[in-house]
Amino acid sequence: MSAVLEAPIGRRSFLRLATMAGGGLALGYYIRPAGLAEGGAPGAAQGDGLFAPNAFIRIAPDGAVTIYSSRPEVGQGIKTALPMVVAEELGADWKTVSVVTAHLDKVFGPQFAGGSLSTPMDYTTMRKMGAAARTMLVEAAAQTWSVPAGECVAEGGVVRHAASGRSLGFGELVAKAATLPVPAQDTVVLKDPRDFKLLGTRVGGVDNPRVVTGQPLFGIDQKRPGMVYAVYEKCRVWGASPRTANLDHVKSLPGVRDAFIVDRTVPAGQVTGLVPGVAIVADSTWAAFSARRELQVTWDAGKMPESSWDDFARQARQLSAAAPGPPDVDEARRDGDIDGALGSAAKVVEAEYSYPFISHTNLEPQNCIVHVQGDKAEIWAPTQNPDGARKLAAQVLGIPPENIQVNITRIGGGFGRRLDSDPVAEAAAVSQRLGLPVKLTWNRTDDLQHDHYRSAGFHFLKGAVDAKGALSAWRSHHVSFGSTMGKDDFPARFVPNYLLLTSNLANNVPQGPWRAPGSNTYAWITCCFLDELAHAAGRDPVEFNLALLGDRDLVPGTGPHGSPYDAARMRAVVRGVAEKSGWGKALPRGRGMGLGHYFSHQGYIAEVAEVTVTKEGGLKVDRVVAVIDVGSQVLNMSGAENQVQGSITDGLNAAWRQELDIQKGGVTQSNFHEYSMLRIPDAPRAIEIHFAKTDHPPTGLGEPALPPLAPAVCNAIFAATGKRVRQLPISKTDLSWS
Amino acid sequence: MSKFKLQVNGRTHEVDVAPETPLLWVLRDNLDLVGTKFGCGIGQCGACTVHLDGVASRACLTPVASAAGVRVTTIEGLSAAGDHPLQKAWCELDVAQCGYCQAGQLMSASALLARNPHPSDADIDDAMAGNLCRCATYFRIRAGIHRASEIAAGSEAKA
Repeated sequence: MSAVLEAPIGRRSFLRLATMAGGGLALGYYIRPAGLAEGGAPGAAQGDGLFAPNAFIRIAPDGAVTIYSSRPEVGQGIKTALPMVVAEELGADWKTVSVVTAHLDKVFGPQFAGGSLSTPMDYTTMRKMGAAARTMLVEAAAQTWSVPAGECVAEGGVVRHAASGRSLGFGELVAKAATLPVPAQDTVVLKDPRDFKLLGTRVGGVDNPRVVTGQPLFGIDQKRPGMVYAVYEKCRVWGASPRTANLDHVKSLPGVRDAFIVDRTVPAGQVTGLVPGVAIVADSTWAAFSARRELQVTWDAGKMPESSWDDFARQARQLSAAAPGPPDVDEARRDGDIDGALGSAAKVVEAEYSYPFISHTNLEPQNCIVHVQGDKAEIWAPTQNPDGARKLAAQVLGIPPENIQVNITRIGGGFGRRLDSDPVAEAAAVSQRLGLPVKLTWNRTDDLQHDHYRSAGFHFLKGAVDAKGALSAWRSHHVSFGSTMGKDDFPARFVPNYLLLTSNLANNVPQGPWRAPGSNTYAWITCCFLDELAHAAGRDPVEFNLALLGDRDLVPGTGPHGSPYDAARMRAVVRGVAEKSGWGKALPRGRGMGLGHYFSHQGYIAEVAEVTVTKEGGLKVDRVVAVIDVGSQVLNMSGAENQVQGSITDGLNAAWRQELDIQKGGVTQSNFHEYSMLRIPDAPRAIEIHFAKTDHPPTGLGEPALPPLAPAVCNAIFAATGKRVRQLPISKTDLSWS
Repeated sequence: MSKFKLQVNGRTHEVDVAPETPLLWVLRDNLDLVGTKFGCGIGQCGACTVHLDGVASRACLTPVASAAGVRVTTIEGLSAAGDHPLQKAWCELDVAQCGYCQAGQLMSASALLARNPHPSDADIDDAMAGNLCRCATYFRIRAGIHRASEIAAGSEAKA
């Protein structure tokens, strides 16, 4: 049982809660916690000697600094970036800082990892946490030396008094600092960002040494004493329930402890929590996997057992011809006189765009450990949403959420999938029956066939340019599977005559957020169709897009929940990417450049792709240039660039060949041999990243660099070949040319 | 169930498991060597890559019976102190994102460098195409292999 988690923070006494100014977050803000038990953390064994000015920071008498990372690490680098913020304000020596993953506890505030929100939500909070501790250490030094605190500076883990040349290490100050009052949050003085030493530099991920030596970091690596191994079979057809199964035979197989039907749906009627299935519990993963191969189940048909992709496409086309109005077609937004503008246009372009359902394909299959003991439970899970996992487990178990402890592990890929906690629900149901720690492991087929998919969609578009070559009309009918474009999605508010119609297809496909939800496809249809219109107008796409963005700066959102759009920020990154990419340079036939730009997750990003298409239709993405405005401060330059490089390559991964085949109420593919993922030979050779710093608060970078990539590539394909890609994946379009 | 003697990372282990049990699960469940990862179970993703007598192999497709008598090296045994040139390069260039595939990437890359100390981009593509990275860190994996090649050649200077 060598695999252990970083131990969670122990039970605390002397807890003092302070309400955060501004954000309204209630964060632990307390001193002198007793009985700390942070397993591997420096100073943990010293208990009383630790300086603990708030939930996030511990400083030991030997000067070792421990910073708690409250957000799950999915590969977005947050376990490094936010502790850097704390360390920066604290004045710590980064080399002496240990970062420990916190478990779920309200003292840390919101702990989900999603929506690229960790940075914008926590940046200022983390600064205050570090600054409050620094204030106390400086005060402790000032009192020791009987000098004004204003003459003392904390840097590199030391407080210095320049005038007298004295200095004391943080460790030497903790005993005194721990006796001082914790400063009120709104009085804490933050550093001038111009004085930052650590933020904005290139720092390697704090877990890198453990990642490259194979240490037990991930959910699937965890073990508990007395643990048993479970698998959970669900029907390929969504919504089907098991009627009978050869449970006696399965139970007689080697290493099998139990096999039983779970015939519940929690929450009732939803497809994204506990759904009915058959559990097998065994002494090892392989015993469970092997027994599963002999499991035979008869299923009651699901709610929509005949649904298929071809059927969805036929229904979408029928809807596109339907007259606007209830019950089939909603009018989401109407500006100007769309029919008049289309009628009087110099040129009208009409196109149908579509994209398929795709999977998250987290490389670490869904898994978790749940141990239910009476009315209490403990969870170890690679979850992006630990609070959601706890709530769902509480519903399944019928116990109060506060009776459940959630331990957050490192996560082998999130991309939104692990905001949903269905594997936790399954493991909870199994552990409740056995009363043992149960490790549930999905196989790849479970993962592909019971994902909560990136939604598919159909967009029926009609656009027009006037005699001056300006975009004069945009008519869009979005036929979706439940989630439609919003009234403020670009280019709404930038076209005088605009109509957005929406329809939904009846379906029971499980769906969920997939990296840059909505934006990851809306950027593609929008920027590709704009490129079509630019060419119809005979204008350069960069110039056409800049003209469309106009001369306004901040364009307000529509209504109280509208989304403001800063056109000046977008113009700047579009201009920037044109300049950095050498836009407009002459290229031979078969090579081309394309532009994509999109505002999502509070980031303004423009990308230019440069591609080569062989006469036979072979595609190569030679180079991608990105210009990125995510505000005033990149936290960790290495991590930020890694996110952009990954988002660009992942955007290509999703757009090029990924497509789920839906037949008879479920996905037909069972593993990677039938679901094509991008591999190293197809990854872009050159990715150039430029951060355009602006005077806006720092925002997240896990998602917004992905949406512009697909349109940049498809527009480059058009420039290279004259062929339009109006259907994803790109591999469905014959790109050959002569 | 049958008993097998396994040579893993220079140590001998005896396990009592079904003969068809994949080496992957023996490593993970029986020997507590969880650095070798499960991704697909059919040899398509490369997350379970280990060395069998120095050859990069998929542990998910290797029955334990066929691993007996073979030198097995896992990520935990790639180097004694986590200082293989690839491990150094991976930390220096901050290659990983989620990190789940990286053990398999490192095992495939180390087998490549062992037979080809200075691989070209095309060599890297050939040797690494069997290893999926869902975070798509391919850009840095390529750079990391080149950097490790330099480190191994004794040139610590940054390219």
